[in-house]
Amino acid sequence: MDDRILRLKEEIESKLSGISELGELDQLRVSYLGKKGSITALLKGMKELAAEQKKAFGADVNKLKEFAAEQIEAKTAELKKKQTELEIAAMPVFDISSPAYKDTGSYHPITLVQRQCEAIFKSMGFTVEDYAEVVTDYECFEAVNIPKHHPARDMQDTYYLENGQLLKSQTSAAQNAILRKYGPALIKNGTPIKAIFPGRCFRNEATDACHENTFFQMEGMMVGRDISISNLIYFMKTMLSEVFRKDIRVRLRPGFFPFVEPGFELDISCLICGGAGCPSCKHSGWLELCPCGMIHPNVLREGGIDPDEYTGFAFDLGLTRLAMMKYGIKDIRDLNSGNLKSLSQFTDDE
Amino acid sequence: MFLSMNWICDFVDLEGLDKLDLIHRFSLSTAEVENEIFFKGSDISGIVVAEIKLVEEHPQSRKLHLLKVDAGDGQLTDVVCGAKNVRVGLKTAFAKIGAKIGDITIAPRELAGYTSYGMCCGESEIGLSDDNSGIMEITDDIPNGTDIKSVYDVDDIIFEVDNKSLTNRPDLWGHYGIAREFAAIAGRPLKAPEIDDLTVYDGLPKVDLKIEDKLCKRYSSIKVENISRNVSPVNIRIRLYYCGMRAINFLADLTNYLMLEMGQPMHAFDARKVEKIRVKRFADPFTFKTLDGVERNIDENTLMICNGDIPVAIAGIMGGLDSEIVDDTTTLALESANFDAASVRKSTVRLSHRTDASMRYEKSLDPEMTVPAIGRFLYLLKKYDSGARVVSALTDEYAEKFPPVTLEFDQAYVDKYTGIKIDGDTIVNTLSALGFEVQRNGEHFKVNVPSWRITKDVTMKADIIEEITRIYGYDNFEINTALSPLYPVRMSEVKTDEEKIKDLLVKRFGLHEVHSYVWAYNDEQKALGIPVEYNVRLANATNPNIETLRNSIIPTQLCQIKTNVSYAPEFGIFEIGRVINGLDENNLCIENKMLAVTLFSKTTSLKDLYFKMRDILAAIADDVKHSELEFVKTEPTHSYVHPVNLNRIILDGKDIGVIGIPHPTVAKAVDKKGSIVFAEIDINQFASAKTQPIEYDEPSKYPAIEYDLSMDIPQGVYFSNLRECWKNDGTELLQSVSVIDTYDTEDIHRITVRFVFSSNERTLSSAEVQEIINIIAANLAGIGVTIAGI
Repeated sequence: MDDRILRLKEEIESKLSGISELGELDQLRVSYLGKKGSITALLKGMKELAAEQKKAFGADVNKLKEFAAEQIEAKTAELKKKQTELEIAAMPVFDISSPAYKDTGSYHPITLVQRQCEAIFKSMGFTVEDYAEVVTDYECFEAVNIPKHHPARDMQDTYYLENGQLLKSQTSAAQNAILRKYGPALIKNGTPIKAIFPGRCFRNEATDACHENTFFQMEGMMVGRDISISNLIYFMKTMLSEVFRKDIRVRLRPGFFPFVEPGFELDISCLICGGAGCPSCKHSGWLELCPCGMIHPNVLREGGIDPDEYTGFAFDLGLTRLAMMKYGIKDIRDLNSGNLKSLSQFTDDE
Repeated sequence: MFLSMNWICDFVDLEGLDKLDLIHRFSLSTAEVENEIFFKGSDISGIVVAEIKLVEEHPQSRKLHLLKVDAGDGQLTDVVCGAKNVRVGLKTAFAKIGAKIGDITIAPRELAGYTSYGMCCGESEIGLSDDNSGIMEITDDIPNGTDIKSVYDVDDIIFEVDNKSLTNRPDLWGHYGIAREFAAIAGRPLKAPEIDDLTVYDGLPKVDLKIEDKLCKRYSSIKVENISRNVSPVNIRIRLYYCGMRAINFLADLTNYLMLEMGQPMHAFDARKVEKIRVKRFADPFTFKTLDGVERNIDENTLMICNGDIPVAIAGIMGGLDSEIVDDTTTLALESANFDAASVRKSTVRLSHRTDASMRYEKSLDPEMTVPAIGRFLYLLKKYDSGARVVSALTDEYAEKFPPVTLEFDQAYVDKYTGIKIDGDTIVNTLSALGFEVQRNGEHFKVNVPSWRITKDVTMKADIIEEITRIYGYDNFEINTALSPLYPVRMSEVKTDEEKIKDLLVKRFGLHEVHSYVWAYNDEQKALGIPVEYNVRLANATNPNIETLRNSIIPTQLCQIKTNVSYAPEFGIFEIGRVINGLDENNLCIENKMLAVTLFSKTTSLKDLYFKMRDILAAIADDVKHSELEFVKTEPTHSYVHPVNLNRIILDGKDIGVIGIPHPTVAKAVDKKGSIVFAEIDINQFASAKTQPIEYDEPSKYPAIEYDLSMDIPQGVYFSNLRECWKNDGTELLQSVSVIDTYDTEDIHRITVRFVFSSNERTLSSAEVQEIINIIAANLAGIGVTIAGI
């Protein structure tokens, strides 16, 4: 073998062992294998050789070339691997335990509870209706069977306005409009009226931790052919079990509300003790939750629906009370305070 | 109202039944019973009747006496007693050794050197009354040694019914009506009360009595003389006390007893003071002293009972001091009357004086009750004071009767309403037990409603359903789902939009939802220098701070920002709430539902905060309506807004709201250094804007050409003006325009705009793009914009 070839081979081997960076390696590759590289030069110098020498020399140079290429490739892989290892080693450990950055907004707790209830009702085919806060005496009272001089008007301390209208003291103020809105479809197609109407109500009373002059209710009703007390009990039990996410027992007691007949006070089995009796249910096992009943014939009639043909039930959930129960809010005034120290805690609940 | 089980059992035999269970069923079938039930008498035992045989002074004590007492066990017992009313021959309640009073067991006890073998008891000590003036005085002829529980109704179960739950049941304001419910619940017969036969007095002269006002429905009266009894029988006093009333004197107690028993308020006048009973109102106001000694102002609406022209009682509320029964009264004129419920209620409110009588009258009592109540009163009076003599005929003015109510229904009606099967016999039995007269003809029922239920309570078929079902028991109902046709449920656009907006503001922009009141906050706004603007006012606000309804949520939110300035260096609040914008042509309030957003920051510049708000609004429009907003400069109409940078917000050609900055004085009052920006949008207007459909744009297969122009914008030229310059030229090739850089100094406002051109059909040549750019540049030059580098 030609001395030069041997020399070059030794040279490459020794140089390669001294290289620790990819850049140098590339230079090395160029200096041997490039167009002007030493090995390339050997090949170029071949034409000066005798024909019989040419073959052997050429084969040797090509071997050297292959050898150099392999060596460089291996070295490249080695250096790349080393470099990756270095990169990994250089990666600092991030302190994942540091406090997370938060700029989450918040919903009003009433919105959260209202959405949960609405979702349940929607899943059972109820529409969600909106209604005004300023209503007429007719809407709030007369249309729902509370004529003038009815004692129920005294029971609710209503805010009257200078123009004779009033701030609705109960969501029932929407009943008449809803009966009139969906009544025709009921009469024409037998499509039952299934509606809930959440809304803000007002009572003219002094506020304290348990009393507010502005609060939310969610009323609902279902009117159709043959809607019965039995259906009402079924519905309330099913709906409240969804609201509280556990199997609830319900109990009806007679209760007087002008817009229903019969009217009921609905109790649910105590959420804390399940009915065994505990301080929060005053050891009765029951919590008084909401009024409900069969819609009074006068209310149906006033809404353009014949009470001899159709029956229905209505119920009223105190949304404000539900929110307070759910989140353990003790002072009802926090809800309208606008105080973000309280309210910003209510990020999405679902 | 407290109710006595003994009293109820006067009228229905509940022997052998679990009383507590009955009370529980009463709560589920009739009216709510409070949780706590009182077992009266259960805490005392071994108390007997004993007679004092000897009284000696205690040598060491001025208060104490040494007694010898006959407690019926064949020997006299030594007792030391401190009561003032000890005397030989007095029969009293005596706690023998081993007797129990509450937690105390009576044992021999030494008192100042003498041993007492038992204790003479006062009524208050053994819980029979609140009389603690001395030891009990028993006047009944009872053998010594008799356990008082065997002669008096000491043991009793007392339960309380929430008055509110009786609002609609005028018949339940006395034990007799309650007993009727227990009879129906227990399935036992109701006994009629024993009454005096009033017809025997028909020959006697009538009471001079006249109703002169329609507010009195009925007035029944009778006169009785020669009444000698002063103190009520023990059982009457115990019952009154257990039911929350104090014993006063026999006649007053008896009227109260009748009220608690029959539910009929009664009044006993001293007949010497009331000779000509007239019921009327007076045109002129005057003052009147009621028997509690209080002077009360009587106006022209208050119905009065008079002796001729002299008022002697406020009808249905309280008697007068001058005509009340006194100790030497021997002749009484008894009132058993019925008054207009609303009138009594209103008078009660006007006088702010509610009594046991008015509480009952305002529920619409049954006028049929006045005469039987007199019969019952006389029966009891004569039973306990045998000398009493009726000296007048029953005098009964019955001015207005309630018309009878007859209801007809059939089995199918009951089946439909209840959703279960309650058989005909059960219907008949239940209604009959409650006093309804039922005629049944197969599936058909005809029912006469009893007089005590027609005054307000049972007037239509649906009321009958309640009667049947409540006694049947709602716990016994089989529960079934309703069968109803399926149909799609659609939510209103407004509702859907509201929810999307809330999510966007909370989730993307980190804002906090708050609630506030519908009226202006006078005091809080004043502190910020925001006047309460003229608007519809509350007619009966009790709090001067909340007299005017708000016409915008922005002042409210500025107040809320003020209270939250220390919450965080930067935050934003929003609310979807109502405002009232005056009255319409029908004098009705114009109510609008608004979204209000207010941003506050101590760290972001006012300008950046303003653009943050602008971007929030744009995001709402883009996200919910796929539309772009326009802004139109507007002039302030409220003193609390900054006149500069106030813009109306336009969506789909509709004015939907406003964006602005508070007036500097207001802003400084909120926080000296903070920046504040507000916006308010009419939600219904917003929702009514068309939601643009998504139009899919096939991405071009050919490369796009970007072309950047740096423009120096002169003052008074806005981006909206620039937009006009490329609006019409090369539209089909101009794919997008964006601002990629801004550069501002004192004199220069420079922005770099990137135009992107592309075609779906071909690769564009730089020459044709340059052509469009040249036109745009010329347009820009036309409004005074200089293009840098051209």
